[in-house]
This record gives sequence, C-alpha cells and structure tokens, in this order.
Amino acid sequence: MSAEVLLFYVVGALLLLSAGAMIRSNDPVHAALWMVGNFLLTAVLYLVLQAPFIAAVQVIVYAGAIMVLFLFVVMLLGAQPMTRSEPIAGHRATAVFGLVALVALLSVAVARAPAAGRMPPPLTGDFGSPEAIGQALFTDWVLPFEWVSLMLLVALIGAVMIARFGSQSEDPEETSG
Amino acid sequence: MNAVPLGHWLLLTTALFGVGAAGVLLRRNVMIVLMSVELMLNAVNIALVAAARAHGQIEGQLFVFFSLTVAAAEVAVGLALVVAIWRSLGRTDVDDVSVMHG
Repeated sequence: MSAEVLLFYVVGALLLLSAGAMIRSNDPVHAALWMVGNFLLTAVLYLVLQAPFIAAVQVIVYAGAIMVLFLFVVMLLGAQPMTRSEPIAGHRATAVFGLVALVALLSVAVARAPAAGRMPPPLTGDFGSPEAIGQALFTDWVLPFEWVSLMLLVALIGAVMIARFGSQSEDPEETSG
Repeated sequence: MNAVPLGHWLLLTTALFGVGAAGVLLRRNVMIVLMSVELMLNAVNIALVAAARAHGQIEGQLFVFFSLTVAAAEVAVGLALVVAIWRSLGRTDVDDVSVMHG
C-alpha cells in the first residue's frame, strides 16, 4: 500500500471525524476550530491529488481569511444560549430520513458511475503547478477570471451595505416579532 | 494497489457533503449552519480536484479556484446578514427570523 493510499484513508477518516465534531459542538468557537482542522486536512488531500496551488489557496483563503471572518462574528455576537428546539413537529426525523436517503442515493449513483473505477493517469510534467494553473487561467479562462473579480467587488459592497445600514430602517413589525 | 480510484474519492466527498447537509438541517445556530454550508462547498471542491486528477485535466482545479472565490463572497455577505439580523433582533437562531412567516 503506497503512501498515497494510506494518506487517503487516514486523512479521509480524520476529515469526516472533524466534520462530525464540528456539527455536534455546542460552542461556535469550538465549531470554528474544528472547521480549521477540517480545512487543513482538506489541503493535505489536495496535495495527495497533485494540486499544490489549490492546497496553498485553501490554507490562505479558507483556513486564513474565512476563518478569521467567522471568529470575528462569533466574538461580536458573544455567547448565546444554544436552543435545540423543534419548531415543526417531526422535523428532525424527517431531516434524518432525507439525509440518509440522499447519501444512499448519491453513493449508489457514484459507485455505479462508469468513471468510478478510473485510476489516476501518470503525471505529465507540471500538472497542478502554479505555472500550469496561471497559464490556463490567463489564456482560456481569462473572461471568467475577470467576472469573478467583479463578483468579489459586488459582494464587498453588498456586505458593507448590509452590515452598516441593514438594521437602520427598523420597522415595528421587525422589532416586535 | 498504489493509487486510489476516482470512485473512492467521490464516496468520501459524498459522506462529507452528507455531514454538512446534516449540520444545515439539524442545527439551529446560524453560525454553525453557515459553517456547515462551507463544509458542503468543501466536499464538492474535493470531488472536483479528484476528477481533475483522474482525468489528467487542469480545468477541475480552475473550477475549484472559482468556487473558492464564490465561497469567500458568500461568507462575507452571509456574515453581514447575520450581523444585521443580530442588530435588529438581538438573537441569531434561524428560528427567530420568522418575519416573513405566512
């Protein structure tokens, strides 16, 4: 068994465990820390998949920027009591049934897919290197790249507007409800 | 056996997506719901990179690059909404946001 296979099973199991611990934690700070662990393990899987550039971006953007954003908001909101209410009768049972059905359906579909048994081909040259990604990004995919920059600008302005002015037009319906 | 077939990667990401969906459906705290959405996005990203590796094509990694950007924008707007909700209601459970409830 090669190092690649070993890493896949060990890191994959840890990935699922950290995800489970994240959705089970009662403290948002703990959940955020489990999420960091999950994102770092994902970066390891990207390295196994010969995607060093994506792994670096994953650590910088997810484990760095998004994480800090989450922790800032958690700290801003402070500790709030965690309710485990069930506003709709039978909501939990229905959700669990739907989840099991979804995962079972997806697993069967994946296992029966023609490409499921496909083994990774031998690596050619600089697959996944920053040079190869940059080459593709700035030739064939330059238009989506520009659109994405526009989308980030829109999201930036939208986030500032919502967080800054979103609650100033307080109508009585909102505050009493 | 010295490599992992694509199907095993896809099964792993399916399980991870299921855990994220469970977080969205079963938790009521809006921060944990948002984190679970990130988990689901992450699962799809791993599937894309695994497909890129199995087919030897770089485009899958580029899709992940774009999807990371969309995720960053989604988190920024989502957390701004959480802050706005907290300012007007003082609480951030998803059940509290029921102004448009019929």
